[in-house]
Amino acid sequence: MSAVFEQIFQVGFLAAIIRIATPLAFATLGEMFSERAGVLNLGIEGIMLLCAMAGFTAASLSGSLWLGVLVAVLVGALMGALHALFTVALGLSQHVCGIGVTLFSSGLAYFLYRLIFGQQSVPPSIDGFKPAPIPLLSDIPILGPAVFNQFTLVYLAIIAVPLAAFVLYRTPWGLSVRMVGENPRAADSAGVSVIATRFQAVILGGALMGLAGAFLTMAQFNAFTFGVVSGRGWVAIALVVFGRWDPWRSAGAALLFAFVDALQLRMQASGLGHIPYEAFLMLPFIFTIVAMAFMSRNAVAPSALLKPFRRGER
Amino acid sequence: MSAPLIEMRGITKVFGAVKANEGVDLSVAPGEILGLLGENGAGKTTLMNVLFGAYAPDAGEILVEGRPVAIHNSADALAAGIGMVHQHFHLAPRLTVLENLLIGIPGKSGRIDRARGLARLTEISRQYGLSLDPNLPVSALSVGEQQRLEIIKALFRGAKLLILDEPTAVLAPSEVDGLFAALRSMAAQGLGIIFISHKLNEVRALTHRCVVLRHGKVAGRVDHPAETTSAEMARLMCGHEIVPPVKEASTPGAAVLTLDGSSTAGHAGTPLRDVSLFVRAGEILGVAGVSGNGQRALADVISGMLPPRAGTMTIAGKTVTQFSPRELQALGLGRIPEDRMTTGLVTNLPLADSMVLPRIGTEAFSRKGLLNPAAIRAFAEAQIKAYDIRCPGPMVRAGALSGGNLQKALLARELAFDPKVLIVSQPTRGLDIGAARFIHEKFLAMRAKGCGIIVIGEDLEELLMLSDRIAVMYEGRIAGTLTSADATVARLGLMMTGAGQTEEAA
Ligand SMILES: Nc1ncnc2c1ncn2[C@@H]1O[C@H](COP(=O)(O)OP(=O)(O)OP(=O)(O)O)[C@@H](O)[C@H]1O
Ligand SMILES: [Mg+2]
Repeated sequence: MSAVFEQIFQVGFLAAIIRIATPLAFATLGEMFSERAGVLNLGIEGIMLLCAMAGFTAASLSGSLWLGVLVAVLVGALMGALHALFTVALGLSQHVCGIGVTLFSSGLAYFLYRLIFGQQSVPPSIDGFKPAPIPLLSDIPILGPAVFNQFTLVYLAIIAVPLAAFVLYRTPWGLSVRMVGENPRAADSAGVSVIATRFQAVILGGALMGLAGAFLTMAQFNAFTFGVVSGRGWVAIALVVFGRWDPWRSAGAALLFAFVDALQLRMQASGLGHIPYEAFLMLPFIFTIVAMAFMSRNAVAPSALLKPFRRGER
Repeated sequence: MSAPLIEMRGITKVFGAVKANEGVDLSVAPGEILGLLGENGAGKTTLMNVLFGAYAPDAGEILVEGRPVAIHNSADALAAGIGMVHQHFHLAPRLTVLENLLIGIPGKSGRIDRARGLARLTEISRQYGLSLDPNLPVSALSVGEQQRLEIIKALFRGAKLLILDEPTAVLAPSEVDGLFAALRSMAAQGLGIIFISHKLNEVRALTHRCVVLRHGKVAGRVDHPAETTSAEMARLMCGHEIVPPVKEASTPGAAVLTLDGSSTAGHAGTPLRDVSLFVRAGEILGVAGVSGNGQRALADVISGMLPPRAGTMTIAGKTVTQFSPRELQALGLGRIPEDRMTTGLVTNLPLADSMVLPRIGTEAFSRKGLLNPAAIRAFAEAQIKAYDIRCPGPMVRAGALSGGNLQKALLARELAFDPKVLIVSQPTRGLDIGAARFIHEKFLAMRAKGCGIIVIGEDLEELLMLSDRIAVMYEGRIAGTLTSADATVARLGLMMTGAGQTEEAA
């Protein structure tokens, strides 16, 4: 047993946690902005898939990874705008529209991928991002190689968390976002456009989901497969609740999930082979369900979540 | 007087078949407090919403300091110097006082400008005597404080005209004095104020001039409210005399509801401490007290929403202490809750559905487990007629009704089923005097029919007029009970502050 533990807890393990947490952190922050403004975005799973595909395609056709990231972010923002059009401008059901966006985006991703790459026995791959060690910091023992010898996108995610907290809690726009998510009427009577604020938050959320998708195909797997997202979007929705709609807590939730996921990967690889690997695969999800059951009991969602706003209605 | 601050000319606003406003002219001068009067549904709130940019008028124009302005939304209204304190507050409970103030205010170098916000807050509190702790979440504020925050919010944005829609309906009598002092000081410093209220004595005490609306049109103007009698104003509002109902002497029967040593714990608000009281058939028991002294818990215990920790309750001699609201209702208990927007009617459902909600499963409204829409509709139609509920029809969303009409719908819902015991909180809050009279008559008629009624309220005049006995609540206890012959406003007022406890054989 001790050998197993040794194998599990190495520097590589810490690095794996950070790497697994990165797309989750982007996605969770994206979903959080949207929900803080009162809009549940169930389109997240499909948006991530479409962005993963779009980013990958752009990168492999142009040869520029950063162009791929940019395309993924723009596609994410666009899909956010589409979701906002339905739920914010037209006031339609957020559940139904979100699922619609997921189905539409996934279908579109499959279709375009086939159209562009055709049917191939070995899926095309790209030369993805390489770790970009930060001088000096990466020399710190243990922490250095684990945290500061990562992809640039990982650093971006690490910066995104305090940035998101700053935007949400310290800027007038962030206050507007929180207000339209709590009491849109109050925002409206204070002269804040509820529709515009919600659009912006959902679009920003979509862009962050785009980053999450880009990370999957351009840093983590360097290829696009139809299972590349495999539920990470749905997990992000749970992590937002788990993180109580707060950027710091949401990032913490993503890290915790990543820890359990990294753990199960190691356990699969390490001598516990007589247990079917599917059992390990389930671990992070069981963890999410249990954590949700305990943590979300006194978590309070933004009061106006799911509620469309129409001026002059009482 | 100087040139008007705000002038509305020929304002018309139509909702479907309802003409909420029709050719209304109105103006306010700087330093003037204008009273806006009218029955429930007369169009007061609608007119003010037009002024504040929530609704676009179908006709008419608005002038600010002599210049015509187009007000399409609240941002335009705020920019024109118009601020509004709505009937239902527009605050985010989980955000702090300061955050609620700073919403929509541009920041400094990308950040929320807290320093400037705090400075303005201190300035306003010095200028008008309105202060609040900026770091408290709004959910920690009393209703009176929330209202103060709404006023500060408007002043913060440089309002030159402040609209207050029934501000006193939610205040305790003691808080009203503070509000009036602040409003007078604002007017003295050159602000214009539009004040809406159904309490004519308040209107007479505060305002300089009044405009009376009836069915959306200006029915009259009062130039010297202080010298005009309430009866005269009432006649302008309703178009006819309002005569106070007569309470006939009655001999109460056996107790229909008793509470014995009831205590509660573990809930929000003041708990009950060893409360014993009873109400007899054909009797009205008033429960006076400054709100927040356990009235909420009392109403919740009696209606079965809050299981008491100790004590027993009986209805018509039967012990019903841990009964559910539905079981109590089946025994003939009716309840009219205090908060009509949240626990009262479901604002998104059609009015008709909302009106039968507590009895939706009974055979009157369903057949073989299926709803009977025709019966529901017929019931609602009958009540709308009987209670003169002003609305487009039974299928309108309950939320579209004016405040007073919502209250009438709730009363109708309970009274229609001839309860044996009725518990009501603030029954005429937000009602015009005609409607209030009507409700009073209904209560007295129920009393004559042998119903036992408990009326929880803060309006002592109303309690004195209706009740046979009045119990005073203070800090979760019954501080004393007086018979109507012994009770006076002064004596009750004293007991409500916890002084001069009078224990009578209650
Ligand atoms: N959004 C709306 N949709 C449909 N009808 C409405 C709407 N708002 C108001 N009305 C109708 O317009 C009329 C005037 O309502 P309003 O709220 O202005 O009355 P009010 O004078 O403020 O009454 P109260 O004293 O009861 O508050 C009512 O008949 C009401 O039902
Ligand atoms: Mg009104």
